Amino acid sequence: MPAPIRLRELIRTIRTARTQAEEREMIQKECAAIRSSFREEDNTYRCRNVAKLLYMHMLGYPAHFGQLECLKLIASQKFTDKRIGYLGAMLLLDERQDVHLLMTNCIKNDLNHSTQYVQGLALCTLGCMGSSEMCRDLAGEVEKLLKTSNSYLRKKAALCAVHVIRKVPELMEMFLPATKNLLSEKNHGVLHTSVVLLTEMCERSPDMLAHFRKLVPQLVRILKNLIMSGYSPEHDVSGISDPFLQVRILRLLRILGKSDDDSSEAMNDILAQVATNTETSKNVGNAILYETVLTIMDIKSESGLRVLAINILGRFLLNNDKNIRYVALTSLLKTVQTDHNAVQRHRSTIVDCLKDLDVSIKRRAMELSFALVNGNNIRGMMKELLYFLDSCDPEFKADCASGVFLAAEKYAPSKRWHIDTIMRVLTTAGSYVRDDSVPNLIQLITNSVEMHAYTVQRLYKALLDDISQQPLVQVASWCIGEYGDLLVSGQCEEEEPIQVTEDEVLDVLEGLLVSNLSTPVTRGYSLTAIMKLSTRFSSVNRIKKVVSIYGSSIDVELQQRAVEYNALFKKYDHMRPALLERMPIMEKTSSNGPTEIVQTNGETEPSIVEPKHPPPVTQPANQVRALLIALGLSLLNIVCMYGLFLINHESLSTIPPMIAYNKNGLKIDFTFERANPNPNIAVITIHASNSTDADMTEFVFQAAVPKTFQLQLLSPSSNVVPALNQGTVTQVIRVLNPQKQQLRMRIKLTYTLKGSPVQDLSEVNNFPPQSWQ
Amino acid sequence: MIKFILMVNRQGQTRLSRYYTPVELNRRATLEADVVRCCLSRKKDQCSFVEYKDYKLVYRQYAALYIVVGVTDSENELSVYELVHNFVEVLDKYFSRVIMFNLDRVHVILDEMIQNGHIVETNKSRILAPLTALDKMADG
Repeated sequence: MPAPIRLRELIRTIRTARTQAEEREMIQKECAAIRSSFREEDNTYRCRNVAKLLYMHMLGYPAHFGQLECLKLIASQKFTDKRIGYLGAMLLLDERQDVHLLMTNCIKNDLNHSTQYVQGLALCTLGCMGSSEMCRDLAGEVEKLLKTSNSYLRKKAALCAVHVIRKVPELMEMFLPATKNLLSEKNHGVLHTSVVLLTEMCERSPDMLAHFRKLVPQLVRILKNLIMSGYSPEHDVSGISDPFLQVRILRLLRILGKSDDDSSEAMNDILAQVATNTETSKNVGNAILYETVLTIMDIKSESGLRVLAINILGRFLLNNDKNIRYVALTSLLKTVQTDHNAVQRHRSTIVDCLKDLDVSIKRRAMELSFALVNGNNIRGMMKELLYFLDSCDPEFKADCASGVFLAAEKYAPSKRWHIDTIMRVLTTAGSYVRDDSVPNLIQLITNSVEMHAYTVQRLYKALLDDISQQPLVQVASWCIGEYGDLLVSGQCEEEEPIQVTEDEVLDVLEGLLVSNLSTPVTRGYSLTAIMKLSTRFSSVNRIKKVVSIYGSSIDVELQQRAVEYNALFKKYDHMRPALLERMPIMEKTSSNGPTEIVQTNGETEPSIVEPKHPPPVTQPANQVRALLIALGLSLLNIVCMYGLFLINHESLSTIPPMIAYNKNGLKIDFTFERANPNPNIAVITIHASNSTDADMTEFVFQAAVPKTFQLQLLSPSSNVVPALNQGTVTQVIRVLNPQKQQLRMRIKLTYTLKGSPVQDLSEVNNFPPQSWQ
Repeated sequence: MIKFILMVNRQGQTRLSRYYTPVELNRRATLEADVVRCCLSRKKDQCSFVEYKDYKLVYRQYAALYIVVGVTDSENELSVYELVHNFVEVLDKYFSRVIMFNLDRVHVILDEMIQNGHIVETNKSRILAPLTALDKMADG
């Protein structure tokens, strides 16, 4: 049998393979050769074979049949065999295989071997993949080696101890005495690993932490020596002596000094020294400075030191090297909560980083910018952030949009600015905003009463441009449905009012219904908006037609809505105005759907209208509730779309009541209220009372007003007026008086008294001026 | 601590891999491919630290070879960057010829430098001392 090829030949051969299949073939051939060689128990070449096996394992091919061979190699006496054996064990085995337990004895023997290299190997392997049982068995040996004077072994033993502690935390106390003089070593390797060991112990147990605090002076001394000593050829990296050790010590100091005043004070000087003396021209120096800054931020340092740290970070931000800028942004993000003012000074640099090409830097800069926004800089920052939103990658847009909304909500200087900002976000990144932003926005718009006309105009213009962004379209159609009358009447103080006819508006909304770009949710919104406009516009027929068409739509949601609206037109036409009135101002609640809290200006008692059962304050509400149940309208429909509510009006004392009619024992009083939120609507409640000795049955009250007004008559409380003033029939009239002309009304009364029908017409002219001004 | 070290070439083939946390074999291939794709797609002027799942990658390019180190969040990235450079210098000192044909030696060097995810030794001569001894034993 020819001698198996060496590892490098194998590598060379495999490199020449041009395809994956070729490579696989070569490896299989080699694997077969290796397997037969193993079967022959060939000692001389075992090490070579296992080395090749390791290479193949690295390429991803199965190599488990080599595990036992590794063990045999470990047990051999030759160092080369042992080396490959242990390497194989580290690469191929882990604690899940049963085979590794067989190694325990070998490792134990090797830990006491005469050659330090063998001992080192054993320590290395144990530290890499020792299971808890192995660690428990061998911890004593490790501890012994930790105390030896051989620095080569000491440093490896320290790291092995770290692994042991991780696997078996109870053994930590065992290593405590050995750590006493670890730090007095001169050898940097030992120092380094000892610091790692101490760090691990401190992180695991607060008692250890307290115990090791007394080492702070020693650590400070070591650090000082490192900085002060001149050029040391052994550990020099670009002119700084052993930066790795410096960084490690700084990290340990951070853990020790956290929330402890004495230790922090002892460290202050050295930290200041490191911060000022380290050379920053190379990456190495910056690495040390970075660690120093992190330490200063974490311990209880004095404020001068903190300012120094933030200034260092500021300098990092101006550095050309991307890595350093990234690192600076990350640290600033951590400190912005505690040292807000200091970080604000670097705000302009941070905002510049938004324009950087690197993705990691952009993300960090964006998060930091949002953290820095406050009432003073909101306008400037928002401009930059909106510009960023325009040009950034899609993965950022959702986060950026939510951040913008949050910041705008907290710090908006004016309602108009707030609405403008939101509109800008919707138009640029509309498809990326989160789902819950649409109801939030709607709630915001309802709350800014004076901006309704402006908002609806801008949204309408945006809709004309682009109907692909669903959140924008949804908000816009909702607004048009609510405030369409403002749009058509061209009342806008903030901007140039545009001339829009009712037909144009309906065209746009119908366009949304048929467009391919609209999702079903958007279609629902626009259908409801069209329906709402039936009370605000005059082209009702067109609306009726649209609604009836969708009564046979395939989409079940649309169909249901259309059928219900149709029913509204047909059977419940007198309910329609009440149902489709304006929404009141909604209070923001933490739950999802807006539970409506009725807003009162004069009176203080809010009545929370639960979606299913409006409080039966007056009869119209009762009727409407019955209507709801009869139609089986869905909750969300009603609550969000219709504005079913009772408005508590302003106190009645401002407008005096009047007697409108008093004849033949029937007296009708008018009492007035101003409706909120629209001051152009006067709400008149008629109270009909009967002073005759017989009931008036089938009582119907009708009213007519001149053309400039609009009248809505709600249902009466009953149609029997009890005799002898025993009760009154009330009915609510709502008069819309946009031009504020003098209110005049013609009323017609029909009732049956003692079996004979009575009909009467009358004019009411004596309305008090306050009712229509 | 360091989770893994990879050396890959520009075609994405792994030349060296060392894991300091247990990762199953089948997941290793996907992990390596993913990491490599991440690093190879970055341009020259982008920073060398990438956030990948729940840890950070620090990578450095030397001619046709990329060295990628995966570290936990708590590590100082700049320090790891220096470590990579140190490692390359050690390799340079030892191997007069092409590195990749002596994979086992590279592993030995790596073991002397990094154990268990932490740095053991950074002094070049001390790292290479056991290796020279090994070589002497192998020849003799």
